[in-house]
Amino acid sequence: MNGAHDLGGMHGFGPVERERDEPVFHADWERRCFALTLAMGAYGAWNLDATRYARETMPAGEYLTTGYYEHWLHGLQRQLIEQGLLTREEIEARMARLRGESDHGAT
Amino acid sequence: MTAREHEHEHGSHLAEVDLRVRALESLLVEKGLVDPAALDVLIDTYEHKVGPRNGARVVARAWSDPAYRARLLDDATGAIAELGYGGRQGEHMMAVENTPEVHNVVVCTLCSCYPWPVLGLPPAWYKSAPYRSRVVIDPRGVLAEFGLVLPEETEVRVWDSTAELRYLVVPQRPPGTESWSEAELAQLVTRDSMIGVTRALSPADLHAGSEAT
Repeated sequence: MNGAHDLGGMHGFGPVERERDEPVFHADWERRCFALTLAMGAYGAWNLDATRYARETMPAGEYLTTGYYEHWLHGLQRQLIEQGLLTREEIEARMARLRGESDHGAT
Repeated sequence: MTAREHEHEHGSHLAEVDLRVRALESLLVEKGLVDPAALDVLIDTYEHKVGPRNGARVVARAWSDPAYRARLLDDATGAIAELGYGGRQGEHMMAVENTPEVHNVVVCTLCSCYPWPVLGLPPAWYKSAPYRSRVVIDPRGVLAEFGLVLPEETEVRVWDSTAELRYLVVPQRPPGTESWSEAELAQLVTRDSMIGVTRALSPADLHAGSEAT
């Protein structure tokens, strides 16, 4: 697939930026997204090539302006929906419920 | 948009991402598709247990034991398994050795393929667009940003990883370490030197580092 992920040889991304004493994960959602992706990979409904393909279907502009584990999240959600393990509606509904709970907790 | 507005927008975007991950996890747990305890084990493994110390042991063994070095260069997967490392994202390994004539550096231009069993999870810069795009067309320029300026006559080989084959760079053994034990040598082998963007530490670097900490 000749998408935005195929970065080799492209110009214009600037210097390589390194972080001193970089942690393995930068936020808890990255940890959970990483583990969910591995666990669902082990579940066996798809293989690694399919996982990569699912990440690479992210729209090019979005791919280039989002973080690494957001690509994973995009791929995971797409595969879960495509394989019929979850529906988009139930994901949105669960997000709304969790949002409500956290709003309630904050007041 | 002001900087503050931009920051706010970025913050709320990440709040949505966080929410989406929590939603997926709670649904998958509810349906019995994932076990939360298994998720915790995976996180602990890759956050605390698997990391570049594994690769450093492999390199230090190769520096100390010529027969092991030969096996590593011939069949890296098997030689690495001798030290107990293998599995996910390291099923097929190839070791590439730096010499005064040839310097090797590793990238994954398409994503983030990286030898997890020996190096752990990759740093953010390895997965970033600047590194992936540029190291294949301007390796010397990128290496210079890491502080590594190679002699003109040294050939640079850039290895583009795939989901099937992952690379481990065996850096050159630093001079002045002839009498060092394997465990001492392993302290000189950094993650970056096994990606190929720096050399291994020298005894003087190690001394300076331990004084600084």
